[in-house]
Amino acid sequence: MGEHLIYEICRAGRRAVALPDVDVPETAFPDGMLRGELPLPEVSEIDVARHYVRLSQMNHAIDTGFYPLGSCTMKYNPKVNEAAARLPGFAALHPLQAEESVQGAMGLMYNLQAILAEIAGFAQVTLQPAAGAHGELTGVLMMRKYLYDKGETHRNIILVPDSAHGTNPATTAMSCLKVVEVPSDSRGNVDLAVLKGLIEKHGPNLVGLMLTNPNTLGLFDEGVEEVLRMVHETGALVYGDGANFNAILGIAKPGEMGFDVMHYNLHKTFSTPHGGGGPGSGAVGVREHLVDYLPGPIVEKSEDGWYTWVMPAKSIGRVKAFWGNFGVLVRAYTYIRMHGAEGLREISENAVLNANYLQARLRGVYPIPHGDRTCMHEFVAQGKLEGAPGINTMDIAKRLMDYDFHPPTVYFPLIVPEALMIEPTETESKETMDAFADAMIQIAQEARENPELLKTAPHHAPLKRLDEVRAAKELQLCYAPGCS
Amino acid sequence: MNYIPNTDADREEMLKVVGVESIADLFAGVPEKFRFPELSLPPALTEMEVLAELQALADENDDVNHLSCFLGAGAYNHFVPKIVDFLIQRSEFYTAYTPYQPEISQGTLQAHYEYQSMVAALTGMEASNVSHYDGATAVAEAVIMALQVGRGKRTKVVLSPTLHPQYREVVHTYTQGMSVNTVGEDAPLGDLGALADLVGKDTACVIVQNPDFLGRLYTPAEMQALADHVHEAGALFVVSADPISLGLFTPPGDYGADVVCGEGQPMGNSLSFGGPYLGFFAMKLDDIRKTAGRIVGQTVDADGERGFVLTLSTREQHIRRDKASSNICSNQALNALAAAIYLATMGKYGVRKIAELTYHKAHYAAKLIGEIEGYAVTSDGPFFKEFVVQCPLPVEEVNSRLLDYGMIGGYDLGADYPELKDHMLLCVTEMNTRDDIEALADALAEIGSFQADDLEGQDELDDVEEVA
Repeated sequence: MGEHLIYEICRAGRRAVALPDVDVPETAFPDGMLRGELPLPEVSEIDVARHYVRLSQMNHAIDTGFYPLGSCTMKYNPKVNEAAARLPGFAALHPLQAEESVQGAMGLMYNLQAILAEIAGFAQVTLQPAAGAHGELTGVLMMRKYLYDKGETHRNIILVPDSAHGTNPATTAMSCLKVVEVPSDSRGNVDLAVLKGLIEKHGPNLVGLMLTNPNTLGLFDEGVEEVLRMVHETGALVYGDGANFNAILGIAKPGEMGFDVMHYNLHKTFSTPHGGGGPGSGAVGVREHLVDYLPGPIVEKSEDGWYTWVMPAKSIGRVKAFWGNFGVLVRAYTYIRMHGAEGLREISENAVLNANYLQARLRGVYPIPHGDRTCMHEFVAQGKLEGAPGINTMDIAKRLMDYDFHPPTVYFPLIVPEALMIEPTETESKETMDAFADAMIQIAQEARENPELLKTAPHHAPLKRLDEVRAAKELQLCYAPGCS
Repeated sequence: MNYIPNTDADREEMLKVVGVESIADLFAGVPEKFRFPELSLPPALTEMEVLAELQALADENDDVNHLSCFLGAGAYNHFVPKIVDFLIQRSEFYTAYTPYQPEISQGTLQAHYEYQSMVAALTGMEASNVSHYDGATAVAEAVIMALQVGRGKRTKVVLSPTLHPQYREVVHTYTQGMSVNTVGEDAPLGDLGALADLVGKDTACVIVQNPDFLGRLYTPAEMQALADHVHEAGALFVVSADPISLGLFTPPGDYGADVVCGEGQPMGNSLSFGGPYLGFFAMKLDDIRKTAGRIVGQTVDADGERGFVLTLSTREQHIRRDKASSNICSNQALNALAAAIYLATMGKYGVRKIAELTYHKAHYAAKLIGEIEGYAVTSDGPFFKEFVVQCPLPVEEVNSRLLDYGMIGGYDLGADYPELKDHMLLCVTEMNTRDDIEALADALAEIGSFQADDLEGQDELDDVEEVA
């Protein structure tokens, strides 16, 4: 049973707010400039409260159940983060206030820049990008400008492994560079032989390579040093996609390994809430040679302890108005301060242990293409079951909803047919993972014995399977009376 | 403090199932020389301790709850009904992610569909997406969309000089690899005709802010004339607007805009030192397949019940990879939810009333300040909530002294517009009471008169030196 639209419960004259009278002499409105009808809802406050609470109850969320959405790191979001970001001394600050009136906020940013740099082994960090993809754009534009400033303006190619997130090729295209795809080898690593050939062919024209490590198969690339060496030998740079950073906190520093630039997803690794699709924060770290190219301003500290905004000398420019998603930064800072060095390493250790445990429990039940290897924070299984020819990954995903689990990421990475990408995170207990594994095993049995049960799933979700084709063909994007 | 529920005993059992001796064995694939580096970080804190540290940091700041704020310039101190923040703190909303699985994400999807409906209604457009990162990136995405519509043949982008300076910077950052010719930023301020003169067959789009960065409101007739000119040339007309102003003034959809975008923060989002905000982006249906960002559409489920899904995904990076219209993935979904709850709560009555309060108070402030000796209000056309004041001393100094009066002064325009040296952009909203406004005028008068005294003193000194 659906919930009505807010527009469908309007009553002319109903109000949810009372506002003060005008307490100053009024000024006439200019002629010919006023709008006619303002077609917004007319409801009372209780209508608003019930409507949005009821809507919220139609969502699966981390706080309602297990959410093993691969590559998204759906870990628990500590409540203290929310309290911290809402302190009036942060939430009620105007971004353009004089530096003297916001030293506390700037100090927090300065410390977060330094902490993130230390965790990943970089020289400096910008907090401006608003999301992972935004950080990627920032990084690739920096790589491009760095090389172009050296006079190498012919360079126009970025190598992207076929296991990469879609944002990597999309970012490359948005930066007006060409994507050349690099295949993975049989062990799930970047295929070094093919890479060698591509580098022979494109070497002088390379801007760089974008590498997610651990990659989207959940594997630490066994040839990563070789990949970095080969790309660097051409004079090009290596971009690290930090989407999977939750696997290697205190385990390895990408900057030390030789990555030139990397974005962090503060909403994944550092527990800031995903918000139904955002806001995130895509801070970017760089090694020394790229520090001058960072977008800015960034926060610097003078010898007398005063924080100031400084635009890096050769900056690619701003990527966003103001300073970044500050409220998200406060949450991430809070989280990191509560962990310290040892706590951060425990996060990754437990995230990786949990993933390996779940992989072990599902081994032999579902095909796991690289299941012979130790995985990192996630692994990729396949929704292909012997004895259940008509069943696919989507059916299994939808059936999981009936067991109150959010499905894993489906049909990604693209190189694994019928992919089910599973990331439990460190904040889940053994019992939760056992319950999930039991459900997966049960579903495999149902697939063979009663496939219709899967084909028509979900049965207990707020709605049955939705017709996505119809939505795209018969576009209806807003409530008609609301659209003038 | 950590958030790991498993005990040592759990870990032991799990390691056995995995078939390794220790957790360290799981990381054997990491090259040894890089494995387990030192992290030099301050020691871990408990929740009690971290809250104390953060409270101390927060206390070092002077916030708008304790000061009167007359600063705008792209971030606005508007009233946010308490219900907005209560509802967005529903765990089911804020601990969910992008609604890839619609059957168990109807809450987010329907709320976003309603957001789209209300933004379309407010802007007078046919459709809306679910947000960009902020006003600046929404404008940059509009530019990229226009370039795509122009298929490489239209490479000129006309940017009004009174489009927010930071938005213009972001447009330059986003387009630095593209063969784009941006013009207009050195045109005379507030001269739409001068922008029209720059439009030709090679123009992809014209971007105008209304009310503009200096607060000026252009009439629907002026804007329509520019829109007609832009459309005659086959280009797109993009308007960056203040959503609160649209409670009162003609929406850009009524005067020919193809895209209406801008900063959505004034709709129910706290100032939060600049973010997270949301870039709203409303459009006509014609070119919707060339736009970026998540869009929610209505459909039915297997039983014929109404439901909502992410739609037109073939524009997006997770499907189209390097052929996508943008690389955007995460957006500002929770901020869009806040905006939706704000618009529903304020509603037809409230948004208009807020706009009226803001308009009257801003004009009262401008009138009072215009009467102070040494100051001049140089905004001559109609305006909404921001106006330009010429000051008798540098803006930085005025602001520094205003802080002593417990006031956050206006934006210093001199850095972005050299011709506006010593000019301040002041902003007044419904949050400023009559007392606040009169106190501001009194403070400015005092600061101005000190200055006059100082100057006289300085003159006397100079005279003495000359005699000597």
